[in-house]
Order: sequence, then C-alpha cells, then structure tokens
Amino acid sequence: MTAPASTTTIDLVSRFPEFVTADTRPGFSGFIVKKENLVEVATALRDEFNFDLLSSVTGVDYIADNKMEVVYHLHRTTGGPGIVFKTQVDRVDPMEVPSLIDVWAGADFQEREAWDLLGIKFTGHPDLRRILLWEGYEGHPLRKDYQEAFFEEETKPFKSRWPEGHHTYAEFKNPFRDNIKLPENFKLDNYQPENEDQLYFSLEKSSMKHTSENQMGTDHMVVNMGPHHPSTHGVLRVAVELNGETITSLKPVMGYLHRNHDKIGERNTYLQIMPFTDRLDYFNSMANNFGYAVTVEKLMNIPVAERAEYIRVIMAELSRIQNHLIFIGMLINDLGSMYTPSLYAFEERELILDIFEAVSGARMMCNYFRFGGVVRDIPADAMQKIKDLVHDRLPAKTDEMERFLNENEVLVGRLKGVHVLNAEEAIRNSVTGPVLRAAGVPYDLRRADPYSVYDRFDFDVAVRYNGDMYDNYLIRFDEIRQSLRILEQALKQIPEGPINSQKPQYQVRVPAGEAYGRVESPKGELAFYVVSNGKPNPYRYHVRAPSFVNLTAVETMCKGTKIADFVALLAMLDIVMGEVDR
Amino acid sequence: MEENKYEGLNLPNYNIPEDIQNVVSVTTIDRLYNWGRRWSVWPLMFGLACCAIEMIAAQTARYDMARFGMEVMRPTPRQADMMLVSGTVTKKMLPSIIRLYNQMPEPKYVVAMGACASSGGPFKEGYNVVAGIDKFLPVDVYIPGCPPTPQALIAGMMKLQEKIDKQSIKKVRWYEKGKVDSNYVPMPILGPDLIDVRRAEEIEAAAVKKEGA
Repeated sequence: MTAPASTTTIDLVSRFPEFVTADTRPGFSGFIVKKENLVEVATALRDEFNFDLLSSVTGVDYIADNKMEVVYHLHRTTGGPGIVFKTQVDRVDPMEVPSLIDVWAGADFQEREAWDLLGIKFTGHPDLRRILLWEGYEGHPLRKDYQEAFFEEETKPFKSRWPEGHHTYAEFKNPFRDNIKLPENFKLDNYQPENEDQLYFSLEKSSMKHTSENQMGTDHMVVNMGPHHPSTHGVLRVAVELNGETITSLKPVMGYLHRNHDKIGERNTYLQIMPFTDRLDYFNSMANNFGYAVTVEKLMNIPVAERAEYIRVIMAELSRIQNHLIFIGMLINDLGSMYTPSLYAFEERELILDIFEAVSGARMMCNYFRFGGVVRDIPADAMQKIKDLVHDRLPAKTDEMERFLNENEVLVGRLKGVHVLNAEEAIRNSVTGPVLRAAGVPYDLRRADPYSVYDRFDFDVAVRYNGDMYDNYLIRFDEIRQSLRILEQALKQIPEGPINSQKPQYQVRVPAGEAYGRVESPKGELAFYVVSNGKPNPYRYHVRAPSFVNLTAVETMCKGTKIADFVALLAMLDIVMGEVDR
Repeated sequence: MEENKYEGLNLPNYNIPEDIQNVVSVTTIDRLYNWGRRWSVWPLMFGLACCAIEMIAAQTARYDMARFGMEVMRPTPRQADMMLVSGTVTKKMLPSIIRLYNQMPEPKYVVAMGACASSGGPFKEGYNVVAGIDKFLPVDVYIPGCPPTPQALIAGMMKLQEKIDKQSIKKVRWYEKGKVDSNYVPMPILGPDLIDVRRAEEIEAAAVKKEGA
C-alpha cells in the first residue's frame, strides 16, 4: 500500500530562479509563476517532480491589488502532500493566461469554469465556452465587483435582517421586480439570443466522412440527450454525434443545476456555509460537511475533539456504504433491470438514513459537523442501531447482493470489457475516486494523504486493474467491505469525552490565509479551497467537486462505443448534478 | 367520516343494502370521473435536485406511493398527469421545464416540492436561480421542506387528490368550449439574463428608467 510520503519541500525557486518566486503573503504558501513560463514550469512539475495529478484549477479575484490569480493544486498519485502554484495577471480584460490542457487534460472543464465565472481567458484552450451559464450571459459572476440581481450587501448577516429585522422581499428592491439584471435600454425586439452553434461546432466534425468501403455510406447524426432524460442522473445534457449507433464525438453540457454555490458561499459567514455544503452531493451530506470542516479547521489551526473524530469517521463511512448501495441499484436500473435491485438498495439506505436522522435531525441534509467537532453526540439507541447494522445486517446484505448479482449473465455481458479506462488516461484526466482505483491506481486519500483519524485504522485500499465497467461495479462492493472494516474498528475504539474542542459559537475567527482541504468522498477527491482575509466571511470559496472533474474523461471513454452503453457509463461514473453544477 | 368523504365511489347519503354493496353504487358523473382520476395520477419522471432523491425514496418499499396510484412514472410528458417540480429551478433549466409542461396534455397539475421549487429556497439570492416555479407555471400544491420527507410528499399528494375531488366535469378548463391550450406558457428567452416574454413591456420600461435615474 502507498505509505504517505514524508513532507518534502520542493525548491521550485532555485530550479527556475528567473520566473518563479515563493508566495510570501502571510498565511499563503506555494509559488508564483510568471504567466509567460507557466507551461514550462507545469511540464517540469509533471515530468521532473512527478506531480501527475492536477487536482484543482481555480481563480481568485484580488480586486484591491488589481490582480486576477489562477491557483493550481497538484498531487502525486503515489501519495503525500501536494504543491500549489499560482500565476497572476492584471485585472484588465482580456485577462489571458496560457492553458495547461496540453500538460494535464484534466484542466479542461476547470479552466472553462474559471472562464465562465471569473472571465479568465485561457489561451490555447481548444474549446473555451461557458460551462455553467449559457452563451450570451452578461458578466462573470464570481468577480468581486459583480452584483447579482437580488444583491443586498457584500456579506451576511445583512443589516436589514439582523439585528434590526426589517426584512422585505428581495423582489421589491429590484427594478425588474424579479431575479434579473439587464443592460440599460434593453429592447427585446432587436435582441438576437445566442444559439448553440458553438456547442455543435465543438463536436468533432467528422460528419461528412463516410464509413469504410464495404459499408453503406451514412451521414452522422447529432443527438441531444437531456437535460430531461430518465437516465441521465439528474439534469445533465449530452450532445452526441453518432455514426449509426456508435459515438464519434460527445460533449457534456451542464449548468442546469448551477445554484451559485461559490457566490452564495462568499456572501455567507463560515458557519452559514455548512448547510449549503449538504446540498452539493446530496447523497452524502456527511462527506461534504467533512471536507468543508477539515478545510476551515486547517485555516483556523484548531484541534478536533477525539470523540468527534471517531463520530465523523463513522458517519462518513456509513454515508459511503449507502452511496455505493444506491450506485449499484441505479447502475442495474440503467442496465434495464427496472427497479428491483434499487428497492433492495434503498431498503438498506433507509436504515442508514434513520441513523443520520437520529444524530442530526434530518435524513438527507444533516448539517452535522462544526469546526472542532460535531454538533451533537450520538444517542445511545442510535449507537446500538449502528452496531447492529455494521456487525450483522450490512455484511449479510452485501453478501446477498453479491450472490444475486455478480454472476448475472446480463450484467456481466453488459459490463465486462466495456468502457475501459486505463490508468494513464485516468490520471491525465484528473479522474479520482473509485473510477481511478478500478483502473489500477491505488490512490485513496484516506491512505495517500490521511486526514482525521484514518491513519489509525487497518484497512486495504480497494483496487482493481481492468478499468472496465465490471471492475468499476465490483470495486464498489470492495469499498463497502473496507468501510465496514473501518466502522468495526471505529466502534471499538471510540472514546468517551466532549464532542467539540471549541465553545459553541455563531461566528468563528479565521485568520487570514488560504487552505486547501480534501477528503475522499464516495465519488472521489472532494476538496475545498478557501481564502480568508480575516473577516467573518471567506474571501474566496471554491469547491473542487469530484463528479465535475471526473466528467472530463467521458469524451475519451466514449469514442467508438455504442450509445446504449453510454447510459450505463453515466451510472458508472456515479455523478451527482448538485456537485457537478454546484 | 368527514375527511374521507370523497374516497369511495358511492355517495355517502345513500344506504345500499350490505349484500349488494359490491355490485351496486349510486353516484354522480363528477364523482365517477374524479374517483378514477384521483387514484391514477401519473407523475412525470422528472427530477431536478435533492428533492428528486426523496421522491425516489417515496416510491420505494418503505413509503410506497403506489398505494395512491402514483407509482407509474412516465418519462414522456405526453403520458403524464402531474409535474412534480422536485428541486431548484435554475434559469438555464427553465425553458426545458416549460417546454415539458406545454407538452403535457390536460388535465395537468403542478406540484412544487420543497423550498426551492416553491420560492427559491436557500438559493433564492443566486444569480442563476428562479425564485419559485410559480412565477411561470400555475402551481396546485406546495410542499414545504428542504427536502420534504417522503411522508410530507405523500401528504402533499393527498392534498392534490382532495383538489381533484372538488373539480366538476362541467366547469374544468379543459372541457371549456372554444378554449385551446388555456394553460400554454410562452417560452422564456435566455438572453443577457432570463427574460419572461409575458412581462416584456414592463421589463423594457424598467431597463429605460434605470438610465434616467
């Protein structure tokens, strides 16, 4: 297994003395690279320093310094801490930064997101379109000078609500009496909405090419799947170009559930964000809470109560089990076995949700973690329920599901050898989570860069080597078993004691600086990038969502396969639109 | 029982001898019509966000919406009776929702599930969020919660059944003469921002006034 590498400091400055400087702002770390030499430095980091996984790309608008900054986080798939480097550009349009898509293909969607929301132009990006909003939208909402239609104040709590309490409907304050914002003297008559030509042009134009000689020449066809489609797992839309039934080119279109998580987060206070993280990956609110709590604790530099650490692990692993059970049910649902396996999966999920409800008060949106611990202790009867589930019921049910499903002829026929993703391609596309591990890379943050108390448990990183859909299916069962192992140990070791190292408080003090915290969510590497300027609200709040980044690999995986298998592939990637679109 | 007075086919004030109750009913056309509809409300298989997961949970064994004749989820709007708006309505998604609604045949109902669909909920301030589907579609039942539990969803569905019970075949809008598509909603435009074409004049006037101010 990959042991965590010891913290090594990488001396990038002496390697590139002319154009790399250390980031010396208080609370910040990493390096600042001149944008002209960005590609050169990135290539060296990948090839010389072995940072093969581009974790996150995002931007920060430092409006006071008149700078726009692009932040890159890199990691090694062999484990250990990562490295962060930044590049800065003057805050004058067009803000051009070279694209790193040729170094790491995984930069694709993340750079498009930075263009969409911050207006950073990545030169050399082959398909720089808006990704979460639509073409023709006015403005880049994450810039600090952007004010949404229902803008009230820069930060919460709004003075009208607290302490005065004279709140009113947001609609009354807006000139349009609605959540809209239009340019002055806007006239509908002479307005021509942007059409979606750019999307269809981005599909590889093999259209007029005819197939091989002994086949009948056929035209290619463009099909739109979604955003309303029974098997797209939410409101994902995919534009597919087909040759008969074979996919020749494919582009996911997203943003149909873009709920402005980042912008609302930057208006909120630190604690107010916690319930919003629930709604990212709405299957696993506990895992999302975990990631956000870890990040802010890093920034605040506070310890977590010992008992709370164990409670966190127990909740996160229970969450992983129910997520994977639903995954299996839904995958088989999409393969055509309408509903029966899902019903079995949901039966177990309900029992786990009962536990969540007992500890937090809500089935799905738990809002359970606090900085320094959790909000409530586990009640005694809930503890007994967890023990019964972990020791008796869940192992038996997992066996039962495996016995019924694993050898099923239809399932094996549909999954084996389909949509193979090899390790190299997976890493290049920044794929993380079970999909990466099924491709043969034993990269699990609980081992590779342990957080919380995961270093105290004896468990194996589930890994499979074929990278096809069948392995992806099996690895979920492996992970359920490993989670049960962790749970057994955690239930045995959990100490008595307080559940929070801090006093309960509405407003936390967060020193200035930046933090990048990441956890192994059931979908992959869930990370939060938070920049604080010492005020009660985060200056920059960004979510690196595993579902979103994993979608980057879809295009390479699908070329040359049948459209019917694409439905299964979407199930296999286990995407949640709340997290993809945020 | 007062609260269940609509559930059966029989009119409550007729005493039918017990031995022929299985074969004889005394009822009205309205009651027969509504009795058939109330137990077979087919929802559109349509999920937007978190609430959709609770909608699925309500269909599974523990809650079993099939008890109310609502388990037949139709993937196509042409076969659906009821649109369950289960989740945050974003500006980018709204044209698709309205297209689906317009494609549904009458009689059709809209249920706003959860805080977001009812009012925008926690995301109301967002620049890409529509503050409630009722700005565009006529909503029959609102279900509070974030997300509503399956029990709350079923309670909301029962409210819809009550609403169906009170309709009369003589007065319902879909049998009115001379009215075609009385519930047609024009498609909004995704321009610099979402534009509701029904309010076009008002919006244009507001855009001009802003310059003068």
